Amino acid sequence: MSQQTAQPAPKPDPKGKKAPKAKKAKRVRQPKVSQSSVLFDVPGPKARRRNLIGGILAGLAIAYVLWLVLRLLYEREQITWDKWTPFANLGIIRSLGEALGLTLLAAVVSIACALVFGAVFAAGRLSDHRWLRWPSIAIVEFFRAIPLVLLIIFLFIAYGNVTERFGALVIALTLYNGSVLAEIFRAGILAVPRGQGEAGYAIGLRKSGVMIRILVPQAISTMLPAIISQCVVALKDTALGLVISAPDVVSVARRIAINPQYDNILAVGLVLAAIFIAINYGLSRLAGWLEARQRRKGRAVVQVTNIPDAGMGGAATG
Amino acid sequence: MNVLIDKLPQILAAFGTTLQLLGASALIATILGVVLGAFRVSPVPALRWFGTAYVTIFRNTPLVVVFIIFVVALPELGFQSSFFFRAVIALSLYAAAFVCEAVRSGVNAVQAGQAEAARSLGMTFSQTLRHVVLPQAIRTVIPPLASIYIALAKNTAVAEAFGVTEATYQLDNLVRDFPGSLWFLFFGIALGYVIIVFFISGIAGLLERRWAVSR
Amino acid sequence: MRNTRLRLLAVGAVAALALSACGGGGGESLLEVADNPSFDAGTTMKKLADAGTIKIGIKFDQPGVGYKDPATDEETGFDVEVGKIMAAGLGIAPDKVEFVETISKNREPFLKAGTVDLVIASYSITDDRRTQVGQFGPYYVTGQQLLVRKDDNSINKGEDLSGKKVCSVTGSTSLKSVEEKYGAQPVPFATYSECVTQLKNNSVDAVTTDGAILLGYASQDPDKLKVVGEPFTEERYGIGYKHGDAAFCTYLADTYKKIVDDGIWKKAFDQTLGEAGVDAPTPPAPDPCS
Repeated sequence: MSQQTAQPAPKPDPKGKKAPKAKKAKRVRQPKVSQSSVLFDVPGPKARRRNLIGGILAGLAIAYVLWLVLRLLYEREQITWDKWTPFANLGIIRSLGEALGLTLLAAVVSIACALVFGAVFAAGRLSDHRWLRWPSIAIVEFFRAIPLVLLIIFLFIAYGNVTERFGALVIALTLYNGSVLAEIFRAGILAVPRGQGEAGYAIGLRKSGVMIRILVPQAISTMLPAIISQCVVALKDTALGLVISAPDVVSVARRIAINPQYDNILAVGLVLAAIFIAINYGLSRLAGWLEARQRRKGRAVVQVTNIPDAGMGGAATG
Repeated sequence: MNVLIDKLPQILAAFGTTLQLLGASALIATILGVVLGAFRVSPVPALRWFGTAYVTIFRNTPLVVVFIIFVVALPELGFQSSFFFRAVIALSLYAAAFVCEAVRSGVNAVQAGQAEAARSLGMTFSQTLRHVVLPQAIRTVIPPLASIYIALAKNTAVAEAFGVTEATYQLDNLVRDFPGSLWFLFFGIALGYVIIVFFISGIAGLLERRWAVSR
Repeated sequence: MRNTRLRLLAVGAVAALALSACGGGGGESLLEVADNPSFDAGTTMKKLADAGTIKIGIKFDQPGVGYKDPATDEETGFDVEVGKIMAAGLGIAPDKVEFVETISKNREPFLKAGTVDLVIASYSITDDRRTQVGQFGPYYVTGQQLLVRKDDNSINKGEDLSGKKVCSVTGSTSLKSVEEKYGAQPVPFATYSECVTQLKNNSVDAVTTDGAILLGYASQDPDKLKVVGEPFTEERYGIGYKHGDAAFCTYLADTYKKIVDDGIWKKAFDQTLGEAGVDAPTPPAPDPCS
């Protein structure tokens, strides 16, 4: 999902990115109370007691459910030596590590290419020439509207003998993420206060000059959190390589479960989830930190959530 | 091109499955997501903590891995059900995390004064939420919610690798017999998804405009 | 001469290393590694023998046929054994064989580009493929069959599949044929392994594809799985090599004849697919090298 910012999301401004920055800056200075304080006052002694009781009850309920799940896992012989020791096996750790390297490589390469793709097509969409703008819109909208799985399968069948599985996966990720990034870039450029561009024209710059010298430099820092969020999306989407057996961490991990000695597909799934959660959580924290820093400086931040529809598109394709 | 026309009934039937997947999981994800969203804004810390944990786990896990756990591995725990149902579970649990976030930010977008006014009238937390905050939050929530449904529509395609013969499966299935028609098949099936996506964003736009007036 | 001795020494050292690394190497070949075999100059055999290494494309995810264990990095399976045998005839020890993962889609491109020297990867011989690459064989003949749970006696042939859930890889011909011929309900998955998981936990009633691949799974878990039914189709597995390399084909044919005559072929089968509890079939007679 493009709206990956795991941080307490800032209140989305109804008017979105066009809001004047002063307003945003002011909001930052509000004391950092829990965002839920809108709904309830600071609890008094009575409410605190009630919340405490409620909290204990809810906590017990949650704990009970977790206990049931654990007991089920135990009864179904999912928590056994045989099923979990493979992950302590040095050979398996190394194989998984190598595969994870490939997964990360796929994500990094496709994000790098997607940045270029996104920049080109964002420029195309912002162009004054219809013959540039329309094809750009069509391409960006197309790749955001179709399932990434469909694209991966198609590319692999059509060009797999040239690109290999890895290449097909990277190209598909590039096309999809590039299209989303194009939208993010466009939103970022449009979020720069109008007066900035006008001032540029007033001193005699041409459109390209205004873009390169004025708008883009200001937009880049505001877009950074959104770009990192997109990295999370790309990383998650590498797992879709499964449909063409790309040599990523998911495929290699699945090979462990084939071995009847282990027969541990559930354990494999949980370990994979843990690996991805750890990496993505770190990235989300980074994005959140950058966003907070932007806000501290009183700059606008591109709200990925506000980018229409497919913005989250394959986002979820996770 | 002929393949598309000859196999149209088959492709449409597959899109029927896609739409069923979408409908069922959108419904469950919305309900679950709203409940989790309420958890996340509730005054009870344990519930907030649970909501946060849920969102962190499901938003950072690739959907494919969610499918591996809930479609491939679930029967190991003794739950037998159709692949369609298991796919719906996986898709719903995944999408619910995003719905939850949309709901939460929607609630937070409501002016604090509104909730304060409700409280000063003596409304309880749940009354405030039900009568004052949520009706207003819905408007803010529509665009991100539409994005989630669009993403969900596209995500149903993952089910093709997990036992469900939906629309994307038909590309794999038909291209085997008609390798020369790869491009037609790809664009034909892609068009189906484009239509679904446009339909969802169209409806969202309509609702947004209608409700924007009453603001 | 001096050169050969050095190489022998090196092989000895590597063998010792492999032994001490307990299973880190490629195991043993059933055919004794040829000691400094002689080939005509300019042939592929000469080139490979001089290099002392060979690249063979196999499947990594088909236990019993071609499987790479992520724990030990060791390759096992019938195709792997055949590969080691073919390498041994060139004087290349198993631990000098580099196994490369090939999947159905990239076998021809890999051979054409020389990414691999041989492909032994449940690779059916077809006229169409033979226009692009060389295919020696068949070295094994199989056909589409059914894998079912051992305690399930209700499915014995294709006709029993009507209305049953049958799993295979998304988009495979096998899945289509059971759907169209026998009215089975198709269940597509990304890999056969997931199909086998679903079979074991009762989510599907049968898994279908080439008998060899199914035997491979049955050989891993003979207490729970069995292969049933007469093959509906005939798949003749061949060894892929670069198109037009007739001398190489002759070498493969000679080695194949030798292992069939010496009973090594049967041993290779018994050690791998035979673990499923089936007797080794008669080795097929290969097509002449053209």
